[in-house]
Amino acid sequence: MKALLIRDLRLALRAGGGFGLGLAFFLLVAVLVPLGVGPEGGMLGRIAPGILWVGALLACLLSLDRIFALDYEDGSLDLLVVAPIPLEAVVAVKALAHWLVTGLPLTLVAPVLGILLNLPAGGYGWLVMSLALGTPALSVIGAFGAALVVGVKRGGLLLSLLVLPLYVPTLIFGAEAVKRGAAGLEAGGALALMASVTAAAVAVLPFAAAAALRVNLR
Amino acid sequence: MEMKVDNLAVARGGVTVLEGIGFRLAPGRALILRGPNGVGKTTLLRTLAGLQPAVAGEVSVPPESLTYAAHADGLKSMLTVRENLDFWAAIHGTALVGAALRAMDIEALAGRRAGDLSAGQKRRLGLARLAVSGRAIWLMDEPTVSLDTASVAAFVGMVRGHLATGGSVLVATHIDLGLAEAEVLDLAPFRALASVPRGGFDEGFG
Repeated sequence: MKALLIRDLRLALRAGGGFGLGLAFFLLVAVLVPLGVGPEGGMLGRIAPGILWVGALLACLLSLDRIFALDYEDGSLDLLVVAPIPLEAVVAVKALAHWLVTGLPLTLVAPVLGILLNLPAGGYGWLVMSLALGTPALSVIGAFGAALVVGVKRGGLLLSLLVLPLYVPTLIFGAEAVKRGAAGLEAGGALALMASVTAAAVAVLPFAAAAALRVNLR
Repeated sequence: MEMKVDNLAVARGGVTVLEGIGFRLAPGRALILRGPNGVGKTTLLRTLAGLQPAVAGEVSVPPESLTYAAHADGLKSMLTVRENLDFWAAIHGTALVGAALRAMDIEALAGRRAGDLSAGQKRRLGLARLAVSGRAIWLMDEPTVSLDTASVAAFVGMVRGHLATGGSVLVATHIDLGLAEAEVLDLAPFRALASVPRGGFDEGFG
């Protein structure tokens, strides 16, 4: 399993692997939104939590179809099914690898982009914490969606439509936690609800994704 | 490590293509599957590998004894030849990379990216993966596609070595491998008579 994680990270980091795609997208959103909205600081600060969370979510979405599609195309997914590791573990490891190359970097750069968006000072801690707890759910839910569409050519559109509704709870609670934190209110409740969504997704979805893969590989 | 297949029926796209297949594959033996295009050789191999369910019949193999080489080699073009094999060795918990590189004569290519190899070299790397898996029963689907005669000979040599150590192989192929000791199973007589789609659109939920 460690070998699979190392292979996926290595593939993502080498040329053409798609590392940095989500990060660059997130950066573009955070740079362009202030230009579009205008220099009115108060307004920008109010919408910053929502913009940052939507940006992170869409950045995650960009690279989802790569989780299984590449392995499906070159035949290594078949070989992984025959290999002596459970398919559920394959899904979990691939979701983890996806989080390490998208969710984690997004979490780390988010405070810097928060400055661009004039995020109030109280929001930074909550922003990092909510992204750190919320983006794993985005990767696991995305892996489930990718498993559902694995045999479909150009399944990216279908994948987005399947996955976006499942992302909504994480988005609402995550942005709410940052908003409340930025306004100086108690934000722990929203954060706890979001963390529970993540915990449930991590616990259940690898099994669902493995079942979907088995059906799709027939 | 004997593989037993009894009265097996397999389906492709919901249509039963082969039925009534039965054979034994004992350790040290090779079995060659023959039959015209579309008869269901790949479908049979995928069913035996556990990638799709059988329509009827029984396949009995010891658990975790199979490995499968499909039309696609499962190579990552951005990894080197050695990294590709190292990955599969780590997954299967073996240390057979050096021997596999030697067996398929790709030692000189070990540091090259798999994406830079020729079709025949990629195929040799894909076949070397079989040896790296350390599994006893090798299922192979047209293993000799894009191999020249020297590489076919190297491949047959690797298969003989595997048979000599008590392994067994099941090969779907159209060409004569020069594997004189192998038994041949012609699939044409097992073709399913009634080619009626089964299950309809809800087959995924069956």
